[in-house]
Amino acid sequence: MNPGSFAPLQVQGEVISIKRVGEYFQMAIAAPGIAERTRPGQFVALSVGGDTTSTLLRRSFSIYAYDERGVFGGTIEIVFAVQGVGTRWLSQLQNHSLIDVVGPLGMPFPIPANPVKTLLVGGGYGAAPLLSLAELLRSRKCRVDLVLGASTGSRLFGIVEGRRAASQLTLVTEDGSVGLRGRVTDHLSDIVERNQSELIYACGPMGMLQAVAEFAKSRGISAQCSVEEEMACGIGVCMTCVLPIRGDDNIIRMTRACTAGPSFDGESVLWNDIGTIPAGTFGAVNS
Amino acid sequence: MGLKVVNRKAKDVNENIDLGTKLGPLSLPAPVLTASGCAGSGKELAAFFDLSKIGAVVTKSIMMNPRSGRATPRMSETPSGMLNSIGLQGPGVEAFMNDDVPWLAKTGARIIVSIAGNDVEEFARTATRVRRAGEVISAIEVNISCPNVSNRGLVFACDQGSAGEVISAVRRAVGSQFPIFAKLSPDVTDLVAIAKSCIEAGATGLAMINTMLGMVMDTTTMRPKVAGITGGLSGPAIRPVGVRAVWQVHAALPSVPIIGMGGIMTGNDALEYILAGASAVSVGTAIFHDPGAPLRIQNELSHLLSERGFTSLTEAIAFGHRKIVDPDDRA
Repeated sequence: MNPGSFAPLQVQGEVISIKRVGEYFQMAIAAPGIAERTRPGQFVALSVGGDTTSTLLRRSFSIYAYDERGVFGGTIEIVFAVQGVGTRWLSQLQNHSLIDVVGPLGMPFPIPANPVKTLLVGGGYGAAPLLSLAELLRSRKCRVDLVLGASTGSRLFGIVEGRRAASQLTLVTEDGSVGLRGRVTDHLSDIVERNQSELIYACGPMGMLQAVAEFAKSRGISAQCSVEEEMACGIGVCMTCVLPIRGDDNIIRMTRACTAGPSFDGESVLWNDIGTIPAGTFGAVNS
Repeated sequence: MGLKVVNRKAKDVNENIDLGTKLGPLSLPAPVLTASGCAGSGKELAAFFDLSKIGAVVTKSIMMNPRSGRATPRMSETPSGMLNSIGLQGPGVEAFMNDDVPWLAKTGARIIVSIAGNDVEEFARTATRVRRAGEVISAIEVNISCPNVSNRGLVFACDQGSAGEVISAVRRAVGSQFPIFAKLSPDVTDLVAIAKSCIEAGATGLAMINTMLGMVMDTTTMRPKVAGITGGLSGPAIRPVGVRAVWQVHAALPSVPIIGMGGIMTGNDALEYILAGASAVSVGTAIFHDPGAPLRIQNELSHLLSERGFTSLTEAIAFGHRKIVDPDDRA
């Protein structure tokens, strides 16, 4: 992280709207200064539980939308599912609730220098950061196609926005309740061939990301995968969100998802070795 | 200790309180430090507060060689705290001194380098390399108490003899004057005996406490939550243990400077440690919750000292140990 243009801020945010979207919550927070610095793919780390909280670790969320000139000043939006005490607390906030926000964090999605045909793949609410990415790519004259997948229809996110932002939107559910039946990766081959996709961006569960990365590699195209790793701080000091990444120098390092990611070239991630220290990793005790 | 206004609500709060403190030969302009392992090499925190405004940045424990650390998951949130099992991931002392220290020094921050080692020789070699940088490094904290090592026998701070051996070797490596602090674990039977052993071996002072060995089971996978099985427990959950440790060691070794830490989230928590006998405090897990915590806590501490009628931090150090009952105490 280079303090400077991308330096994150810590601000007292104010909830300006919270609503249910399918099985998820969508929350807009007036967070002065953060929207102004945000680029697609970055995230925020929120404190949860209020002033006397016993849940101290920050909860990190992709920035779904950002607006420098909202009615309440700079505004960011996040999407989350209630998964534990922290997200339950967030889901119970009301308009005007105050919340401590740190962001924007992480590196933005890399954007191609030239117009290329892109395919964006979102699993569940992992689709959140892809919608602002779609807008940015279109403004750079890239073709944008979008695949949204989930186990069932109520867990799809971003259908309305996706329809607006993408040249072609494909919906996939494992139970077939909405769109095509199966997993997104079952349909990637058709979609990529139809649209001549040259670059994939993916965000969602790790299993989906691995499948997308392997598919992309088999087709000789590049995939940017935005990973979800448990992190305590989001700012690069706790060292909990590491995963094995092969660098340009061919050396494997335990790399922080928060500062080097959250988006990684799919080929650089040692997917099968996540949760281990692969042999030969830089600094591994037995290497 | 002739303070007459203790426990009174001072009407005029003096915000120009002298926060300077001394840890043996090391003078610091302010008493709040970062805790090793919770501030990286300082760079990540510079976006959130002016690193030169706090007492010092204590960097993440560095070893002789690069180290990958443990597999993930590496942490679990616990009530008012967290369990971590990082395993001393780091680039090795050479890269650290060449790549990270110069940037940190430029911020004007005082730098205390935490070092770790697998054996006595590694501690000494690492200390020698740190010392080579000269005055840019204010002190070394010797981490002999990291719980995240594969062999619990390697927790030097669990044994008087081993603790003393490491400290002697580091003392020889850095010369007789340079400040070194032994970082101690509360997971021992007789903390005072280990503290004495470190001081006799040449430690300038003590830093306490490191995390406590703990464990969390994941009831979904029905396995230990962190890959390292056990981890180090930190945060406010262990604060009373830290305050007790500082109190006991200060009572036994009143002239030894102590850096107190363990679960400090607020200025009030810091004041607890100061009153128990700490001359400075480190802020660790609180940074994960609030990256601006060290400077916030320092400002809160200043205010609380002033409210209690102190004009300087040093007046408050170990004030909780005073024996004479001041008539005003009963007010």
